[in-house]
This record gives sequence, C-alpha cells and structure tokens, in this order.
Amino acid sequence: MTDMTEMLFDPAAPLKPSGNLRRRQIVNRVAETGATAAAVLAIAVLGIVIFAVVAHGAAALSWHFLTHNPPAFGPGGGIAPAIVGTVVIVALATAIAMPLGVLVAIYLTEFAGPRGGGPIRLVLDVMNGLPSIVVAVFVFGLLVVGHGQTGFAGSVALAIIMLPLIARSSQEVLLLVPATQREAADALGVARWRSIIGVILPGALGGILTGTVLAVARAAGETAPLLVLTSIAPPTVGVNPFGHALPNIPVYIFTLSEQADPQGFTRAWGAAFVLLVFILISSLGARALLARSRSKISR
Amino acid sequence: MGDAVLYGLCALACLLTIATIVEIGYQVFSGAHLAFSKFGLGFIGHTRWAANFDAFGAGSFLFGTAVSSLMALLLAAPIGIAIGLFLSMLAPQPVRAVIGPLVELLAAIPSVILGFWGILLLAPWLNKHAEPWLHGTFGFLPIFGSTPTTGASVFTAGLILTIMVLPIIASISRDLFLTVPSELQDGAAALGATRWETVRGVVLPSTASGVTAACFLGLGRALGEAIAVTQVIGAGNAIHSSLFATGDTLASRIANQFQGATTKLQISALFYLGAMLLVIGVVTNLFAQWIGRRFDVQRSVAR
Repeated sequence: MTDMTEMLFDPAAPLKPSGNLRRRQIVNRVAETGATAAAVLAIAVLGIVIFAVVAHGAAALSWHFLTHNPPAFGPGGGIAPAIVGTVVIVALATAIAMPLGVLVAIYLTEFAGPRGGGPIRLVLDVMNGLPSIVVAVFVFGLLVVGHGQTGFAGSVALAIIMLPLIARSSQEVLLLVPATQREAADALGVARWRSIIGVILPGALGGILTGTVLAVARAAGETAPLLVLTSIAPPTVGVNPFGHALPNIPVYIFTLSEQADPQGFTRAWGAAFVLLVFILISSLGARALLARSRSKISR
Repeated sequence: MGDAVLYGLCALACLLTIATIVEIGYQVFSGAHLAFSKFGLGFIGHTRWAANFDAFGAGSFLFGTAVSSLMALLLAAPIGIAIGLFLSMLAPQPVRAVIGPLVELLAAIPSVILGFWGILLLAPWLNKHAEPWLHGTFGFLPIFGSTPTTGASVFTAGLILTIMVLPIIASISRDLFLTVPSELQDGAAALGATRWETVRGVVLPSTASGVTAACFLGLGRALGEAIAVTQVIGAGNAIHSSLFATGDTLASRIANQFQGATTKLQISALFYLGAMLLVIGVVTNLFAQWIGRRFDVQRSVAR
C-alpha cells in the first residue's frame, strides 16, 4: 500500500486539477457562462426593442405631430387627441383606484388581524392575476352594452388593473412604518384614526405615491381594455370622458399596426416613442424614489 | 366617532373590491349564457369558428393558447432562472444594481409596443433566418414541419410571450435565491462543492417550490396576453401541428373580434371565451400562490 501511494504522489508535479475535479470545474464554468449569457440576452432584447422604438420613432416626432389633430378623413396628422385622451383616462383611473387601494391597505395593516385579512388578500391576488382582456369584457358587459363606448369605461377597467398593485405596495410601506411611532402616538392618548391619518400615513406617503406611479406606468400601456371600451373615437381633442370614447395612444398604435400602411407605421413608431418615454421615465423615477423612501422610513 | 368613520371607509373599500370580483364573475358568465345555452360544453372542444354561419367553438384557440404559452414557459423558465442565479450569486454588487432593474424594465414595455416591434421587425427576421434554419435542421419534428410562409405565426407569438414572461420569472427567482441562508451555501463550499454544485445541491432544492410558483405566475401572464399575440399570431382558425403556421389564442380572439362582432350570438361566444380565460387564469394564479404558500410558508413568493 505505502509503495502504491508513494508511486502515485509526485510532490514535484504542478498542482493541476485532474480527472473528476477537472470535469467538475468544466461543468461549473459552463453553468456560469450560461447564466451570464442569459442575463446578457435579456439586456440585449431590451436594448434592441428600445433602440428600434427610438430609431424609428425619432423620425416621426415633430412639434406638429405632438400638437395637432389627425385630419377628419384619411391618414396623417398628429396625436394630440390621443395624448390628451390617455392622460384623462389614466388620471381618472388613478382617482378611482388610489383612494380605494390605500383604504384597502389601511384595512389590511391596521384593522384586520393577521387572519382577518385572508379573504381580502385572496381577492387582491385573484384580481392581480386576471387577464386584462377579461376585465375589458366585464366592463363591456357592465357599462358599454346599451350605452356605447366611453372613456370612463376605459378608466374603470384600468382602475381594476391598478387597484391590487396600489393596495399591495401601500400595504408593504405601511408595514414598514416603525412600531415605535404607533406606540408613541398611543402613549399620548391619540385616537386610533388620528394616529393613522396624522402619523402613519404621512410616514408612508412617499412609498404609497411611488407605488401609485408604478401602477400608472403599468396602466398607461394597457391596450386590451381600451381597445374594447374606448376605441371608436372622434379624432379631436376631448377631455370629457363620460359622453363618448376618447382617443388614446395604445389603441392608436394598435390600429395602425393592423393596417399595412408604411406611413402609418412611422406615425405608430412616433406614438410608441412618446408612450415608452413616459413609461420608462415614470417607472425608473418611481423605483429610485422607492429605494430612497424605504431607507428613510426604516431609519 | 372618527375611529368608526375610518373603519367604515376601509371596510367599504374592501367590500367594494370583493363585490367587483363577484360582479366580474357574474357579468362574464351571464354574458356567455346565450352561447352556453346554444352550444353547451361542446363549445370548448369544437374547432370550427365561422361567424357567418353562427358556428362557434373554442377548440383551436384553446390549443393555440396552450401551445404558445407552453413554448413561452419552456424558453423563459430556464433563461429566467439562469438570470436569477446570475443576479443573486454570480454578479458583483455594482453589476447587480444595474442589470437587476434593467431586467425588470423589460416587464414595463407595453405589450402593444412589443407586439408592434414583433410584427414589423422580429417576424420578418425570424421568417428569413431562424425559421428556415430550424425547418432545415429539425424539419423531421412535426412542430418545425411546415415551411415558413409569413412571419405571423404561433412561433413568433411564443417568442414575444417569452420576452414578457422572462422578467417575471427572473426577478422572483432572484429574490428567492437571495433568501437561501448563506450558512447552507458556505457549508457546501466548505465541503468542496463548486459554485454550480452548490446551486444544484443547496440553492435549487430549497427554493424549488417558489421557483415553480414563479413559473406558474409567468404562465398566467402568458395565457392572458391579448394584444401582442393578436399582432403577431396571424389570427388563424385551424389547428396546425407546426409552429410556423398561424393560429389564435383565447385572449387574442376576444381582442381581435370584439369591435367587429355583429350578432348577439358572436358577442356571447366571445364572452364564453372570456369565461374560459377567467377560469384558466384564476386557477393558474391561485395554484401558483398555493404552491408558494404550501411548501415554504416563510418566504413571500407573490409580489
């Protein structure tokens, strides 16, 4: 035995992995390369899509394109009605979803016990997982059948999509408010509702706002509900969401993408550029703010 | 007094939320009533959809939904998990701080823009380069069996869905991998395991249920996507074994035909598709939540 080991072990040999260890290291290297390649692939896809939108969209952009109506008949013109319509629809949706979402979040964190909130959480999960086209079909049956398309119907659908997002992000921030603040308010004999409105909500306000902005960024790009609920619209700037359908950017892009018109494609790229810039700026900004307000609260 | 008011408002908001979900179920199913009474459950498997002849069936859309979503899941799951591993274990901190948000930004791109890019740039490219190559090399497999005709195909739709699902799986699995206790990983390393062996032996087994849940959440997203799929799938009515042929999904058929629907029966048939989608979507999502909660209670999977 001793002879064997002495024969196999050569102290002068360089320390190089051999046999099994060598194989394991190769497998490890392959796995590491694969994981890195996957990340590079995802970033490349993001880069390619954004580059395409910027490169094609910049050609269509002009002051005229952003501020004028399309002609009453035929192609061409600008996207001012679509921009205004999107702003109105999304603003109204936010006005519906934000108070509801924050109230639900307050209920979950302040009033419902750890078990009492179960059904609400389940409902929020279900709502979050609903395909947006199903929400569209629902609002169609509720508001559009017999009444016709309205911008308001689009807002309601977007509000249903935003509600679970706002409720969940608000709930997360409310939970981050330090217990010491609540206890201090309690010790001063402050009523529950005053401590919620005066102490807890202000502490969480930054986080609630950024969560809302993220939900707005998500809703601004939703197309399926708007296609079903507010797509046949007059080509003029309108701010009243109740009377008739409002033109909006997602449906504008979708409609042009379904027609084989190269000029239309250029305008659709331009509209896509406007929408993408808005969404990327708001979601990046919200994330930056979120990181800041989180660290501020937990200090 | 104030307490009661605030409590009342919050409870009211919760009741409204619950009522909305109930009302969604009621509206969608009652809208489908006409089609249900005419076609019954046979609608689900029937493959003919001809609005002019009042013949409606969901079979081929169910097939298209299953094939495109499955393709998206099969591609996005390994890539997404690999990205999660890269972001949680491999990349140095500064790289993480840049790549992580960028991957999540991929999820922020609106589906209509992704679909527009897909039909104008991705589909022609696939049709010219990727599809002929796949057909030439793997043509003996039925899924690559037919010669590519136009870029609008189930294959393109599957790739677009992959792009949409990828950031979901990547970001959830990264968060999961970060929760694996470092003692376990250090222990594996101390035993001489390579980084990959640590992943295989410690990280993946301890997060398997959460990763499965993430995949199902991604699947739910892919099943319900309407717009981007409508733009690239080509709105075909028939079932083809080849991915290079056109097809259609439940969601995209609704989005595509709702505006042009003329008869009450057609609208009701579209509601029927919506009801099917509602059931499939909710079951997938609840299943994902259930796996996530059932097998590792402490970890929050659903974000």
